[in-house]
Amino acid sequence: MSQDAHAMHPETSTGLDSRKMAIWTFIGSECLFFATLISTYVVYRGKSLTGPFPHAEWTSPTGQVFEPILEIKLVTVGTALLLFSSLFVVLALYGAQHNKRGMLLGWLGATIMCGVFFVSMQVYEFTHFVHKGLKLSTNLFGASFFTLTGFHGTHVTIGVIWLFTVFLLALRRKLPPEKALNLELAALYWHFVDVVWIVIFPVVYLMD
Amino acid sequence: MATSALDHAPAHAHEKSGLWSWITTVDHKRIGILYGASAFIFFLLGGLEALLIRVQLANPEQHVVSPETYNQLFTMHGTTMIFLGVMPLSAMFFNYLIPIMIGARDVAFPRLNAMSYWVFLAGGLLLNASWLVHAAPDQGWFGYANLTERQYSPGPNVDFWIVGLQVLGIASLAAAVNFFVTIINLRTKGMRLMRMPMFVWMSLVTQVLLLLAFPVITVALVMLMMDRNFGTHFFIPAGGGDPILWQHLFWVFGHPEVYILILPAFGIVSEILPVFSRKPLFGYAAMVFSGCFIAFLGFGVWSHHMFSTGMGPFADTFFSLMTMLIAIPTGVKIFNWIGTIWGGRLEFKTPMLFALGFIAMFIIGGLSGVMHSSPPADLQQTDTYFVVAHFHYVLFGGSIFALTAGAYYWFPKMSGRMLDEGLGKVHFWLMMLGFNLTFFPMHFLGLNGMPRRVYTYPADLNFGFWNMMETVGAFVLMVSLLVFIYNLLRSVRHGVVAPADPWGGATLEWAIPSPPQEWNFAEIPEVSGRDPLWEWERARGGKLPEPQRVSGKGIHLPNPSYWPIVTAIGILVFFTGFIVGFPYVNIAGVLVTFIGIYSWAFEPA
Repeated sequence: MSQDAHAMHPETSTGLDSRKMAIWTFIGSECLFFATLISTYVVYRGKSLTGPFPHAEWTSPTGQVFEPILEIKLVTVGTALLLFSSLFVVLALYGAQHNKRGMLLGWLGATIMCGVFFVSMQVYEFTHFVHKGLKLSTNLFGASFFTLTGFHGTHVTIGVIWLFTVFLLALRRKLPPEKALNLELAALYWHFVDVVWIVIFPVVYLMD
Repeated sequence: MATSALDHAPAHAHEKSGLWSWITTVDHKRIGILYGASAFIFFLLGGLEALLIRVQLANPEQHVVSPETYNQLFTMHGTTMIFLGVMPLSAMFFNYLIPIMIGARDVAFPRLNAMSYWVFLAGGLLLNASWLVHAAPDQGWFGYANLTERQYSPGPNVDFWIVGLQVLGIASLAAAVNFFVTIINLRTKGMRLMRMPMFVWMSLVTQVLLLLAFPVITVALVMLMMDRNFGTHFFIPAGGGDPILWQHLFWVFGHPEVYILILPAFGIVSEILPVFSRKPLFGYAAMVFSGCFIAFLGFGVWSHHMFSTGMGPFADTFFSLMTMLIAIPTGVKIFNWIGTIWGGRLEFKTPMLFALGFIAMFIIGGLSGVMHSSPPADLQQTDTYFVVAHFHYVLFGGSIFALTAGAYYWFPKMSGRMLDEGLGKVHFWLMMLGFNLTFFPMHFLGLNGMPRRVYTYPADLNFGFWNMMETVGAFVLMVSLLVFIYNLLRSVRHGVVAPADPWGGATLEWAIPSPPQEWNFAEIPEVSGRDPLWEWERARGGKLPEPQRVSGKGIHLPNPSYWPIVTAIGILVFFTGFIVGFPYVNIAGVLVTFIGIYSWAFEPA
């Protein structure tokens, strides 16, 4: 009986690959990470002592008018692309498992493009907010908003780097069907990052 | 176990040595020894800090150390004992024993395991580096806001604490993922979940607690760091922030943390009591489920640390009831341990003495804990020495007694030599005496109103006598530790050579030579019950033959690697950047971490 923990398909007690189980375990832990960030955002909703505010106009004591901060339209586009990317990575994984190189490279490329767009959107959003007068230190909204979405953005960035690494492997023909698990692990993480955004988007952008 | 297929070779023919072999090791047993050795040194450091606290408090109105140093001493004592003492000492046993107990050759991810150790060491060194610049953390181990904010703690003290805990958190989380997967996935044939040794079960529950509790403190520490460095107001009332949120987040982590410290101890004692009573563990299933239940409830009692913040009658009632509820599964465990030794053929060897001492001391600590579940009683006791007495009875009388029992029990397996029984008994009785002399009077002092964390106290409060007794007790404890250290150093070279199974144990680690060979099992064992060795002995009608050392030819082992330590250095550099305040240091740290992870991912394992 082989006990080699690093073989691609080792015999395990559950039949589930250990690396896959590790990603699931890690995702379980990450849930608490984001739960804490989201809770903090919710607890501090409406508790900012000064503006600017997410959904309402604010006139500062000096008479300056600040428009509502959040740009829902732009982020909705980003959200849609991130959601579609979850579908794309499933198609890429199908391609990897069934040795369909065109499918694998095409859909994986599309997934990565969506991720890159989302991160770019967030970079634009953050700089735009700073121009509109909201910084990390401005008020509780700024602090909890930038921390929550910033950590999510970091996760997306890591996901993009991971998927791009797998893309390079595939390009160099180092991702044969028996190694499709290498993509599946990244895809699991990617789905999780996506699911977290499905919670963050309504809580931050839609609930007024 | 059959060894026929393998040719017999000299005992140490394949065993590697030298510093480099330790730096690059991915062997769970060596990593376990590294954890144990480092944690024991940190534990002695924490003990030294405690001794200085006791010297300062021995008499009223003394000035042995400055008030500033005193604050650093009690903060570092608590932080060290929890994160650098008890947790990594438990990790030593996780590492060394879990793979062997479930019949595996290593953990699921040996290089990740090595990285966990190096990151832990980095965190411990980073925390203690604060002493070198006279800026050790000085805000208390639970770092209440807003004392920890820049306005009230302008120095780097709190920064050392924040980044130290973040680094240690990474180590704990990586190890928790690893051991969770190992236990679920690498069990040998026949090792069903309900046949696992109780130590493995309690370890599994501990990993779940680590996975779910540590992310919370990670986020809280990030927010605190942003308050201090980037001008946010998460816990600053002037900016609308709420210091009480820190308390909630800290204790949502902090209370499960208490069970992270005690559940491995429960597991160790549950291994030792049956062997020295010559009886199987009483109520195995009840032990498993009570452990799970304790962990589950452990996430619903955090606010009993916060009764004095005035949460209102509803919250007070809820957390009070939940806290009382947790006494039930704990009581189930205690009765099962008593049931295990009841009517057994007791052998009072040193591990057994410490395990029995554990039960007695833990009951006292548990009882004073139940007293805290009543909010009105708690309001009298909170922040007094009564609380200090309580948690030392559960963490020293509980965790440390059990870990010491485990050290005596498994030292022969790890080193191949026995610890001296006579010295062990001296150690036990001195520790029992010193422990109770140090901590029992704290109950009286606390109920009489002596607050914790005070630098000194006036003579006319009549706290002097018991404080002096406690200090005497602390020195007795120190002597008991010196006896232990002497025993360790002497026995590792000159101790009686240990057979594979010196105690007549029931679990798989006793089926292989002492110390085990790198691959643990020449042939992977198959089990059909909870006490495999006792079953094999029954089937054979006598003691099993002494297992032979064999050549490991044909057994595939993971290759050594230096990328785990490179990755750990990257993580250390990244977090050090937050203390020194140069973003370039952070960037360098990220780069090194990336190089480490990529080289690791693409090297042949």
